[in-house]
Amino acid sequence: MIFTRGETRNLFKGLAFLSPWLIGFAVFMLLPIVLSLYYSLSDYNLLQPPVFIGTENYHALIHDSVFWRSLRVTLLYALISVPMALFVTLGVAMLLNVRLRAQPIFRTLIFLPSLVPTIASAILWKWMFNQRLGLINRALEPILNWLHLPGPPWLDATNWVVPSLAIMSVWSAGNTVIIYLAGLQDVPRELYEAAELDGAGPMGRLWNVTIPMISPVIFFNLIMAIIGILQVFDTPFMMTKGGPNRASYFFTYYLYDNAFTYLKMGYASAMAWIQLLLVLLLTGIAFLSSRKWVYYQGK
Amino acid sequence: MTSPHAKRLSHLATYVALIFICALAVFPLIWMVSTSLKPDAQIVQPPRWIPDKFMWVNYKLAVSSQSTHFPLWTRNTLIIATLAVIGATFSSAVVAYGFARIRFPGRGFLFALMLSTMMIPFPVTMVPLFSIFVWLGEHTPFAWLGTTKPLWVPAWFGSAFSIFLLRQFFATIPEELSEAARIDGCSEWGIFWRIMLPLSGPALSVVALFTFMWAWRDFLGPLIFLQRPTQYTLSLGLQTFQSQHGNTPWNQLMAASVLVILPVLILFFIAQKTFIEGIATTGMKG
Repeated sequence: MIFTRGETRNLFKGLAFLSPWLIGFAVFMLLPIVLSLYYSLSDYNLLQPPVFIGTENYHALIHDSVFWRSLRVTLLYALISVPMALFVTLGVAMLLNVRLRAQPIFRTLIFLPSLVPTIASAILWKWMFNQRLGLINRALEPILNWLHLPGPPWLDATNWVVPSLAIMSVWSAGNTVIIYLAGLQDVPRELYEAAELDGAGPMGRLWNVTIPMISPVIFFNLIMAIIGILQVFDTPFMMTKGGPNRASYFFTYYLYDNAFTYLKMGYASAMAWIQLLLVLLLTGIAFLSSRKWVYYQGK
Repeated sequence: MTSPHAKRLSHLATYVALIFICALAVFPLIWMVSTSLKPDAQIVQPPRWIPDKFMWVNYKLAVSSQSTHFPLWTRNTLIIATLAVIGATFSSAVVAYGFARIRFPGRGFLFALMLSTMMIPFPVTMVPLFSIFVWLGEHTPFAWLGTTKPLWVPAWFGSAFSIFLLRQFFATIPEELSEAARIDGCSEWGIFWRIMLPLSGPALSVVALFTFMWAWRDFLGPLIFLQRPTQYTLSLGLQTFQSQHGNTPWNQLMAASVLVILPVLILFFIAQKTFIEGIATTGMKG
């Protein structure tokens, strides 16, 4: 490549401004990624240098029932929480977008829980979910008594624990609501007026105006959900220790244990690469499908 | 056309729905404060929102309990968060200026590369980072593991998300301003420092705020890289506090949780507009 003097000067100037990120990228991102790939092909326990063993870690993972179980737990959580994270929040944002005088108060109150640091909400919800003394079962008591049902065991039963954690995650999804609200406020009012003149009812306007117009925001939230859910770690670690009976032993939790409890760094790295490939695969599918349902203005 | 009557009815329904949702959002928080002020005996009794007697001593017990170093943890978290905020805001602004205002070959590729790093899950890098920090401790005079360095030094090399946010903001500032300064003999750094930065207050505060929130709640990082309880952050310290005590002193646990939320809440009410607008813009990159 041959650059003019001006171009060369700009190149140096540009790289000078970029240098913090370039160095950080090399040291804290590229080097670890290369090492991680190498570790994933090695037997490595941190105390001795890694020994290359080819794809053995990956073979072992295929036969590891705990691995498959952690993957299943994570996917189950995704199946419950992604629709809630995408559509319940959208519904709330639409309510917040109606012109009402008290809206600023509603918006603040609904956003408030998302400010709560994870450790605090974990402690709070552990208390809320308490089967005998928790606020939830006590609030449900009249209904449950009437139906002659016992209060759900929430975090204490294998089939309740994942849905419970998903419910809790909706509570702190105020960020998503605000992102949707900003998208909704950008939809031109003329579109609704035109649709109304054409005789579209509320459902018609929702389906033919609102959804297409904010589909880029739905898509953005979907991508964030895919990246985030495979990394769920904090809440099960703090609230259930992966239990009961490993029913909330999420993918990243098992990975963490392999790395820092059992010191199986190579095995953990193989899991990390599977996680990376899953993120790429799922976002790739989302991108491909987006051509069919995401509508960009001006295209 | 909707009649005024139908419109009023739908407004009423919206009000009812919103009040219900707000109750779901806020009741847990009120319950937290209420539990934190109850005497031990009242926790197990049928629920009541307002305790007989306000036990402010719960807060004192939570903060001064034998197994906690609450003041120390607060100090550690504040130090880490402050260093991360200063580093991430400053370095991200420098890098974002390069991406926004200097035309050079390879810029588009590097920008795409930077955005794609946001998709890399932390578990991919956390294991090698841990071993790199171990290696540094053994082969150089600089110990990393068991210090707070792994939690804030990387921030000084820019964060992809903040760089992206600031680049979008810088791109909206008219080019004529920098052109005029350039004709007056201002250096590129001068343009960045004396023209761009003073105009970017709102965007810089969004980045600072997000970095602070992230550092305040970060858990996995401290869990991996910190080793002695006196170095813990609030998140990590509270986690050990609650797992040691099991489920017993709910009032003290709630008191400690309230104390962790309080600074964030105060910050939110001071900078509410920055918060909401900042989050709103993150969805705009779709």
